[in-house]
Amino acid sequence: MKPRQQRMALIAGVLVGVVVAVGFGFRAFQENLSYFFSPSDVAAGKSPTGRSFRLGGMVVNDSVQREAGSLTIDFTVTDFANAVPVRYTGVLPDLFKEGKGVVVRGQVGADGRFVAQEVLAKHDENYMPPEVKDALAKSRQAENK
Amino acid sequence: MIPEIGQFALVLALCLALVQATFPLLGAALGRTEWMALARPAAAGQFVFVAIAFGILEYAFLTDDFSVEFVAQHSNSALPAFYKFTAAWGGHEGSMLFWITVLAIWTMAVTVGSRSQPEEFASRVLGVLGIVSAGIIAFSLLTSNPFLRLAPAALDGNDLNPLLQDPGMIFHPPMLYLGYVGVAVPFSFAIAALLTGRLDKDWAKWTRPWTVAAWLCLTIGITLGSWWAYYELGWGGWWFWDPVENSSFMPWLMTTALLHSLAVTERRGIFKSWTVLLAIAAFSLSLLGTFLTRSPVMVSVHAFAADPTRGLFILSLLGLISGGGLLLYAFRARALEAEGGFKLVSREAFLLANNILLVIAAVAVLFGTLYPLFIDALGGGKISVGPPYFNAMFLVPVLPLCALLGLGMHSAWRTMSADALLRRLKWPAVAAVAAGVILPFVFFRTASVLAIVSITIGIWVCVSSMLDPARKLILRTGAPLTRGHFGMCLAHFGVGVFILGATVASAYNLEVDVSAKPGDTVKAGNYEFVFRGMKRVQGPNFVADEGEFELRRDGKLLTVLTPQKRVYRVQQNPMTEAAINTNPARDVFLALGDPLGDNAWSLRIQVKPMISFLWIGSGIMALGGVLAITDRRYRQLRQKPAVRVEAVGAA
Amino acid sequence: MWRYARYAIPVAIFVAIGGFFYRGLGLNPNDVPSALVGKPMPKFSLPTVTDPDATITSDALQGKVALVNVWGTWCIECRHEHGFLVQLAQAGVPIYGLNLRDDRASAMSWLAQLGNPYVTSGFDPKGVAAVDWGVTGAPETFLIGRDGNVIFKHISPMTPQVWRHDFLPLVEEQCRAGGCEFLAAAGGR
Repeated sequence: MKPRQQRMALIAGVLVGVVVAVGFGFRAFQENLSYFFSPSDVAAGKSPTGRSFRLGGMVVNDSVQREAGSLTIDFTVTDFANAVPVRYTGVLPDLFKEGKGVVVRGQVGADGRFVAQEVLAKHDENYMPPEVKDALAKSRQAENK
Repeated sequence: MIPEIGQFALVLALCLALVQATFPLLGAALGRTEWMALARPAAAGQFVFVAIAFGILEYAFLTDDFSVEFVAQHSNSALPAFYKFTAAWGGHEGSMLFWITVLAIWTMAVTVGSRSQPEEFASRVLGVLGIVSAGIIAFSLLTSNPFLRLAPAALDGNDLNPLLQDPGMIFHPPMLYLGYVGVAVPFSFAIAALLTGRLDKDWAKWTRPWTVAAWLCLTIGITLGSWWAYYELGWGGWWFWDPVENSSFMPWLMTTALLHSLAVTERRGIFKSWTVLLAIAAFSLSLLGTFLTRSPVMVSVHAFAADPTRGLFILSLLGLISGGGLLLYAFRARALEAEGGFKLVSREAFLLANNILLVIAAVAVLFGTLYPLFIDALGGGKISVGPPYFNAMFLVPVLPLCALLGLGMHSAWRTMSADALLRRLKWPAVAAVAAGVILPFVFFRTASVLAIVSITIGIWVCVSSMLDPARKLILRTGAPLTRGHFGMCLAHFGVGVFILGATVASAYNLEVDVSAKPGDTVKAGNYEFVFRGMKRVQGPNFVADEGEFELRRDGKLLTVLTPQKRVYRVQQNPMTEAAINTNPARDVFLALGDPLGDNAWSLRIQVKPMISFLWIGSGIMALGGVLAITDRRYRQLRQKPAVRVEAVGAA
Repeated sequence: MWRYARYAIPVAIFVAIGGFFYRGLGLNPNDVPSALVGKPMPKFSLPTVTDPDATITSDALQGKVALVNVWGTWCIECRHEHGFLVQLAQAGVPIYGLNLRDDRASAMSWLAQLGNPYVTSGFDPKGVAAVDWGVTGAPETFLIGRDGNVIFKHISPMTPQVWRHDFLPLVEEQCRAGGCEFLAAAGGR
């Protein structure tokens, strides 16, 4: 091959690589985008079914229930306009508490209960996840209209 | 009174930074030596005043001066003394001052290390560093002043976030900052080259050790961070692709690309404009990362806007430093173009591939990190990008990169026949594939395709990078091994070890969440955990429930694990302290979850094979960097200043 | 052309990204939670900080022009505004406190040491009333009108500037019918 052809071959190879990478990337990206919804969105049917999403709000006081010794826990997440029952099996993060903000990732099951694969409470005592803060503020706005 | 002295010192440092930013650059442009001569004294003075300011902040922490708001917010009288010391970089304001301090240290190092370089060039480098420094000091003074007083003074402080009360905090942020900020040095070299319009092999030789130094600090910093996350907050995970981690990882990827591109520029005098661009991009990402990491400004776009002055200031600073650099690049880069060809199979071609793949990886990470921010800014709602995206997007460029790594290391500059390369690497390649296919089945009995491929590549990288040193050290044949070359081989070997650790630890990770009561025995894999009981323990500023577990294998007692659930007194946050039993082959990880009633507790048990390879591999990479910097050809530069200046002056 | 233009691509990309960030800056989160403004204040009934047996209810605020200030001893920024709140109280401005997520002992020692600007403070350790009031943190200050509506809400510390620019004009408007003896002392007309 002449140097010029070689360079063209190199560039072509790189281009193919880039196209493949970008293709893979977009597929992976589409599959892993996770949207955020509030309990009111879920009540209004805006949330997807059969696909996981994030749900955020406050854990309702006294709503946390578990059978003694079981890893499965039930609680309710609210934005003060609507509430969604959530079930989770596993170890909860340190900052999960009643009356505090929480974000859970999972799907709505057939019985309308949100089955969480993951509970996120990555914030400190006096800080609310920004999504939750927004969601609460929005539901309040709607309520007052 | 004392905090005001700190603030005053910072103001003086700003003045000197402004001097350092203006006169040397103007002097170099106008050819006025006396102006250029101001660069070094100004930098030294700035260093002194910044050190005073930082020292005073530390003094305020150690003496519990709660009339300083930043101290009141991040410390407490009951905090152990060395956490008081580290609390100085535990919040936004202090970490900005820390950033400034680290930059002053690097600048000092440059004033010493650049003695052998032409005065005009050194003045420009120091001038650019002065601009960066002035910008950040102004940001600190105007929007995030750590010396702000609180009236009336607080009786006691709010305490340091319990997550940050960990020995890891002593070394992790300083190393990371040394790395982040260190990238400013190659950036300044690049801008100075654009200003001079001359970029030669000498330039690459001057820039390279600084780049390696910054890269090596970044490597250690990121590794420490990952290790810290692993045992302190991660529930056993070691990398989460969250914006904070990504923002330190992107500069690392760019700096790694820059190192390789610099190698080509030093050796062949080509890839010049590309090298400069990488240096600018690496520092831009590191600036972006600084603001993502240590300040709440970009937790989300909303938080970014929470304090519009801060946000606007940051944006202007990025615009000035990165935008200015890129604008200069747009006008001047063409002057740097160089002729010089290479064949498809040659060291240059492989290094080009390395650069492209690393940049693709960095762009993919950048995209995943910024996309949610953009969508939010456009009113598109809150979204997040899951770790699987990052894993996939990262592996797609990085696996081929590592596969090519072995080829690149053994190919010659300019050209090489594919046959010769094949002859040289045939047996190592066969051995790597054989080991990669067989070993997983021998040790773990199952294997996915991805695991086989990754393990093969890991072994391939280890083997191929050690061929030269092995030939030299064991067979005593071949070319003499310089420190630079050996460092390079070692760093690549570290990459291989890291890949093995990462692959095996994620592919063969055993994780169970269980509920157990005292007296129960829980089985996980080959291990048994005997729950002996719970007790209450008191720490200096926390109380904890501590579990006692016997770790047994085949009935034999290995150790007693004592995981804790702590509650810190001031902030009242619960904190999980996992118990980890480590040996090179595997980690056994046990964390206490919550009390489930009836004396039962939830437990998370993980067995992670070979996870220590991750940290060992990164350590080897860093060690390779250390060897490379101490190579004789960089030391010579420093020892013979007079000769070099003449040679360059004549060129 | 391309030979020259390609070197400008990086700066173009940079400008595009910078543009997004600039746009992001325009979104002010402090605008969102003001949904209560113009609505009747949420009802509450809380024990007071100083006396667990006494209660403070929203009825106590009815028919008055008053401030409701959210505070806590854990809140560093509350210290900043405390001095000014004491001044306002000395001028006669009725300020009702909402003590958030605190413990009674530290709240009482705070008031004893730094002065007590509050007519009374409701004690809300679990943040029950705070949720109804849409409180996202402390400090926050509400202005309650004579008709019992929320007139204004301010997030972050109260300062003389904020009082003069944001509160006073609204207070003056509320007080047109008279009955605000404090107005002159607090800097109003």
